[in-house]
Amino acid sequence: MGGFGEILITLGILLILFVGWELWWTNLDADRAQTQVTSEFLKDLKVAAPNSSDAPEKNPNQNPNENSNEGDEQGEEQSKDFGPAPITAIPGGETFGIFYIPRFGSNFAHPVTNGVGMDVLNTVGIGHYPDTQSPGELGNFAVAAHRQTHGQVFWDIDKFQDGDKIYLQTRKGFYTYEWRSTEIVSPSAGDVLFPVPHRPGVKPTTSILTMTSCHPPFTTRMRIIAYSELESWRPADAGAPAEIADLVQKTMGN
Amino acid sequence: MYSWIFSHLPGPLWVRIVLALVLIAAVILLLMNYVFPWLSQYSPWTESTIGMMLL
Repeated sequence: MGGFGEILITLGILLILFVGWELWWTNLDADRAQTQVTSEFLKDLKVAAPNSSDAPEKNPNQNPNENSNEGDEQGEEQSKDFGPAPITAIPGGETFGIFYIPRFGSNFAHPVTNGVGMDVLNTVGIGHYPDTQSPGELGNFAVAAHRQTHGQVFWDIDKFQDGDKIYLQTRKGFYTYEWRSTEIVSPSAGDVLFPVPHRPGVKPTTSILTMTSCHPPFTTRMRIIAYSELESWRPADAGAPAEIADLVQKTMGN
Repeated sequence: MYSWIFSHLPGPLWVRIVLALVLIAAVILLLMNYVFPWLSQYSPWTESTIGMMLL
């Protein structure tokens, strides 16, 4: 076999290895990084609010009437309306929350970090478009993540169905979004990030969550956009919503 | 090229086979940990953001 043939074979093997790295190895690296960021963030939360997860102890200032109701109805407590959601401020470059998305898997818990540069998306997964609004704010809280490679966090973004919930845990508490619609747009369609998507200059009246990723999988030809609307919220000391309570506990226990 | 490397490895045949495997493993690790991450910034496959230039 001539040296030229060997070089061609070597190049072929290198190409296959590169594809293997991109599609498989990057997921291992990203999973490790994201698990670590998640547990660090949740550790900070526990320090900030030590009573939030395991709290038989109640706020001493609490109304005694409420205490008598306590333990009465778990279901009532779950559906309680805590009023309008506060705004979670997003410090530059920092991880500020954890997404729990049951449709993406019963163990889906991934951190969300400020910024959509490759430094964020390739390691910590979900990134927040810095020019868009914050959770709880009127307007558009927009995030991006990879559809494939580097943890393929939004792999199942095309699978949302009516009634699907998306949960976001921040320092303030738990935001519950409900999926509304999904669309496919061109990569240059920056107007999906407007406070009211596609409507420049219109004042928002609701808080929405916009998730963006690649479409179709393994290409970058188009973008898939999933819109959800803020439906309710629970303060941190009220505990996680019932649907994700087990997962939150498991994630925080890590 | 490869036969040249193989014939210049020291020791009996089985030692040379082991050495060759170690060399291959070292090259793959080097590629996976350093070369490919660097190369991927030029890869067009993984963009998932919209409407803005990527770093």
